[in-house]
Formats: sequence, structure tokens, C-alpha cells
Amino acid sequence: MTFRSALTRREAMRSALLGSVVLATGLGGSAVAAEKLKAAWVYVGPVGDFGYSYQHDQGRIAVEKALGDKVQTSFVENVPEGPDAERVIERLAREGNQLIFTTSFGFMDPTIKVAKKYPKVHFEHATGYKKADNVAIYNARFYEGRYVIGQIAGKMTKSNTIGYIVSFPIPEVVSGINSFMLGAQSVNPNVKVKIVWVNSWYDPGKEADAAKVLIGQGADILTQHTDSTAALQVAQEKGILAFGQSSDMARFAPKTQITSIVDDWATYYVERVKLELAGKWKSADTWDGIAKGAVYLPEIKNVPDDVKKMAEETIAKIKAGTLKPFGGTITKQDGSTVKDLDDGAILSMNWYIKGIDDKLPQ
Amino acid sequence: MRLELEKRPERSKVMAVASPIAAVFATLVTGAVIFAVSGVPPLKGLWIFFLEPFSSMWSIEELVVKATPLILIGCGLSLAYRANVWNIGAEGQLTAGALAGAIVPIFFNAWQSPLTLLAMLALGILGGMLWAAIPALLKVRAGANEILVSLMLVYVSQLLLDWLVRGPWRDPHGYNFPKSVSFEDWQTMPTIGDGRLNWGIVLALLAAVSLAVLLRRTMKGFEIRVLGEAPRAGRFAGFSSDRMVIFAFMVSGGLAGLAGVIELTSTVGQLQPNISPGYGFTAIIVAFLGRLDPIGVIVAALMLAVSYLGGEAAQVALGISDKTARVFQGVLLFWVLACDTLILYRIRFVPGLPRGEVAR
Repeated sequence: MTFRSALTRREAMRSALLGSVVLATGLGGSAVAAEKLKAAWVYVGPVGDFGYSYQHDQGRIAVEKALGDKVQTSFVENVPEGPDAERVIERLAREGNQLIFTTSFGFMDPTIKVAKKYPKVHFEHATGYKKADNVAIYNARFYEGRYVIGQIAGKMTKSNTIGYIVSFPIPEVVSGINSFMLGAQSVNPNVKVKIVWVNSWYDPGKEADAAKVLIGQGADILTQHTDSTAALQVAQEKGILAFGQSSDMARFAPKTQITSIVDDWATYYVERVKLELAGKWKSADTWDGIAKGAVYLPEIKNVPDDVKKMAEETIAKIKAGTLKPFGGTITKQDGSTVKDLDDGAILSMNWYIKGIDDKLPQ
Repeated sequence: MRLELEKRPERSKVMAVASPIAAVFATLVTGAVIFAVSGVPPLKGLWIFFLEPFSSMWSIEELVVKATPLILIGCGLSLAYRANVWNIGAEGQLTAGALAGAIVPIFFNAWQSPLTLLAMLALGILGGMLWAAIPALLKVRAGANEILVSLMLVYVSQLLLDWLVRGPWRDPHGYNFPKSVSFEDWQTMPTIGDGRLNWGIVLALLAAVSLAVLLRRTMKGFEIRVLGEAPRAGRFAGFSSDRMVIFAFMVSGGLAGLAGVIELTSTVGQLQPNISPGYGFTAIIVAFLGRLDPIGVIVAALMLAVSYLGGEAAQVALGISDKTARVFQGVLLFWVLACDTLILYRIRFVPGLPRGEVAR
């Protein structure tokens, strides 16, 4: 294995010095087992968010379970998407991690910068678009799941008003809103979506407030593109239905969660770490969806059987590739039309489809 | 028996020296207990948290990089707070400074000369001053509370930044992601060595030293102290508290703006929705920790930088949670403030029952 063999003399001296200090004070311990592959993860939220970061951490744990003593993993949580990220990533590279996963969009440029400095270390960045020889990118087609829950919401709403709590108007989120609405419109032409931006990925207080506002405005089903369970719990208090996000949140609101859009990173992480162990890691661009299990919806509950059946059929069609949420003719908010969007168009989406009652922050 | 705090007739010189040492010691003991409780060998924990950041050039450089904006903002705020002017909105002035500085690379992208950087820095200072002028003028002209106005303007500036990077200032080739163009060459702060250490720290130290001289050696410094400690006496001496409000906001706002544009041109490198992890607010703690003294602020800024870096190191090396790491910042501040009490007060043991309780 190629650990950072290219230590400069200065650095080598520094670490020798540090090593002797550690030994002298009797504090060394974990520094020895150099045979293991060290892999590290950087999370934007706390691993206890039970949403996005939690789900990535489940992937990390799966790697440990699958590969046992061949790997040694670590993680840093709650890393702000700003200048601090670069330091955190560089620290991980310096400490001998050979494979580093940076799991939020805002870590893109810091990852690229550190990757340039450490060409022998391999990096993987989730949800961005900048690649390099030692930086792979990966993402999941969350929007496929959103089409399915959009259909369920369109069927289930009585007030024809659905509340949608969102984080930042980046393409991933916008395409999610559009896909949800396309699903809802496919079964209910009168459906309306109300949108509240909370400008954060994880802020239980704000998310709960947004949920209350939306319910106050007549929404009888809630969905979200933020990471905490707060909205679901508010929905449960008020006795309405809602969808989970990123992980299966049923245990927080068993009578409220219909289903959830679960990101399953475990398969991908195990596969990538195995490649690294075999010395076959290569930079790549992976964007899997429901078909490959990167996105899945846990058992649909709290709805009548016919709705459940419809949703399961839609999932099957997406899996088979016969239904593409952004296939066919789509009418934009301004009345113009587009056809059969390709991945590039989905990844850079900054417009709403017709029928969404909100103006995109431009 | 009960404990009582008794005001000393004057500041204790011994405690002024002993208090920070006692605070650090108490923090270490508390830290050891926390590590022991969470199942980490206490010595190893303390090493990683407090000393590891000093163990390699890389992390020392990172400490300095982290401390740079805190020093700049902290010493500006120290001056303001000494003058009894409560600027709570440094975070907003930082954002305004970054926005103003970004005008150069966004609108004159092709202009590359050393003057480019100077223009950006100057605009940054100006931006911070302009943003600070709003609460200052509202205070002087309309008697508006400067705490409230400056704080609220933080949110205004952040939303303005958010709107600009998502809209008009967005990189046209950036796949619609909320980022401006990346800054290149003279649009960025030159680094010292091959790490992230940059000339910003030199500017920060210059600012701290100049403010220290200003406060200690000049008439203006005397005016600041008099107006801060005894406003009535200051007025009798012919000092204008209105002009002092404006002066204090200009200095603290300008320095916060400079910190913003330095961050922008060094560690961030482009305009994006998050350019500061709350430096403007952290600097308030830094100012008080440094006893409102520019030189003290340098030490305090480094202390806070250690708590951030140590927290990250502890997460990676010890697997303790981010929350535990943050508890340490709180513990440190708690002990510093608690020990500082002993400078002005002494503890006395008084025999008898606590006041207000009747013997049965």
C-alpha cells in the first residue's frame, strides 16, 4: 500500500520529533497498526441527526462490519461548509488516511484544493461536480424517490395543499421539488405545493417552525429536504401525514410517516473501500438511483391499500427504467417547454415546473 | 459556615497574574474528568486537545490562520467596548467588507496587479465602515439602541450575500451553484510558505499593536477610557460622546471589514453563502477574554483557535463527539471568567447560617 511515502525531509523530521515526544510521555497507542487501510469521513451535520449525516455514518459502520480489521475508519462531524472544511480534510490526509469521503456539496472546492496537495491520497466527494485524478464524485438520484412520494401526496391530500420544507436552492433541491410536483400532478391536477426555505441543512428549531407555518396555511401533508426529524414530529402532534428524509424515521413518528427517501450509501462505500484495498481505485462519477438500491423507500404505511399499490407500481417502473421522472415534455413555470432532460440538465436545474406557487430565489 | 464574595478595595495585582494560570489549570482538571467519564485516558485526551495543535508546523500555521480574523475583529471591538460603545454586529461588518472587496474580481476580473489586492483590501475596510456607520448614525441622530441595530444588520448583510451569490454575482459557468467566480493570483492574499499561512496575520498584528499604542499612549486613547468609564467626566473635559460613537464604530467596523476581505482572499477564495463560521460573534468572547486589551486579544484569539483545532483533533484521534469538543470551549471560558472575579473580589468564609435563613 502506498502510504504517504513522499514525506519531505522537513515533515519527516517533524513527525520523528513528535513521535519521540509521544513515546516519552507514554501517550502513544494507536499509531502502530500501519497495515490497516485508514479511511475517513467528513460530515456536514451531527451523526445524530437521524437524517443525511446519520445515513452516511451508517455506510461507514457498514464498511467496518464488512471489512473488519482490514480498515480503520474515523469521522469528523458538524464541519461547516466554509474555510474550516479545508483544514479538516487536510488533517485527515496528513494523518495517513488513504481514502477520504467528503459528504456535502460545500466541501467540493476544499476537497479539490487538498487533493492537489496530496496526489497519492484518494478522495470522494458527494453531490458535487468537480472531479480530478484522485477525486471521485458520487451522488444518488434522490429525485426518483421524490416522484414516488409526490404521487402518494397527490392522492392523499384533501386540502390539495402540500407543505415542503427546503434547505438551499441548489440544483439537487430544486430538481427534488420539481420531481415531487411532477409526481403529484400525475395523479391530481389541482394539487398545490407551499414552500418554506430554512437556509440550513440541519436546524430542528427552524424546521419545526416551518412545519407549523405550513400546517397553519392549510397543508395536510408535509415533506422536507432538510435533515432532522423535527417536521415529522410536528406533523405527528398535529395528526397529519408526512414523509421522512434520508433515513427511515418511522420510529420518531410511527403514525405519521408514510415512507421515507432513504439514501443507502453502504453498498457504495463498501465497494469503493474494497477497490482501494485491492489497489484498483480509480476516479469515477457515480450516480445511482432506485434501480441499484442507492435510493429506496421503506414499507409504505398509514395509507389505503390502493395508494400503496400505486406507489409500489411506480417504484417498479422506475426500477425497470420505463418511467423517468424528467422524461417526456415538461412545462416550465414561464410557459416554455423542455423534453427528456439529460443528467446535465438535471444536475444544473434552476427553474420550477409549471404549477409551483413559489418564486425560485435567483 | 458560608462563603461570601467581598469586593476588594482595589484590583488585586497578584490575582491579575494568577487568575489566568488558575483558569488554565482548572480547565485541565475539568477536561481530565470529562475525558475519564467518556472513557478516554485523561492524559492522552489532554495531549490531543491542548498540545497536539502545537506539535507540528502545519497545525501551528493553521492556528494562526484561524486566529487572524479573531485578532482583527477582537481588537476593534475591544476599543469600542472600552469606549462604552456596544457594537455586536461585527459579523455583519465582516460580511459587508467581504462583499465590497469582491466587487473587484467580479466586475474587473481581468485586472491583475498588486494594486488589485490593495484595492480589494481598501474596499473591504470601507465596506465594513459603511455597514458600521448605519448603527452609529442611528444612535447619534435618533438615539436608536446600537446593540439592536448592529445585531439586526448582521442578518441583513448575510441575506444580501446570499442573494448576491445565488443571483447577480453567481459564476455564470458554475452549474447554477451559489458561488462567485474563483479568485486568482493578485485577487488572493499571498501565502507565506506553502501552507495556508498568509500576510493577513501581519496585518492583524499591525492592527493590534497600533491600537495598543493608541489606547495607551495617545490623547485619543485617554478620551476613549474617560468616556467609557466616566461619561459625565468626559463631557466636562469637552469630549463628545457622539463623535466617540462614530469613531468606535468606524474602527471596529473597518477592522471587521478587513477581516472579512482577508478571509475572502485567503482561505475562502470566492464569494459563497458561508464565508465565516461566526468570527464576528466569537470575537466578542475574544475581546473580553483578552480583557479589552489589543495585546491580550492576540493571546485570547490563539486560545480560541486551539479549542477549535483541538476539538477537531479529538474527534479524529479519540472519536469523541463534536459536542464534547464544544463543551471544552465553554469550560475554558467559564473558568477564565470565574477566576477573573477574584481580581476584584475576595472569597471570605463567614461563620453562621446563610443570610435570610432562620435557626429553628
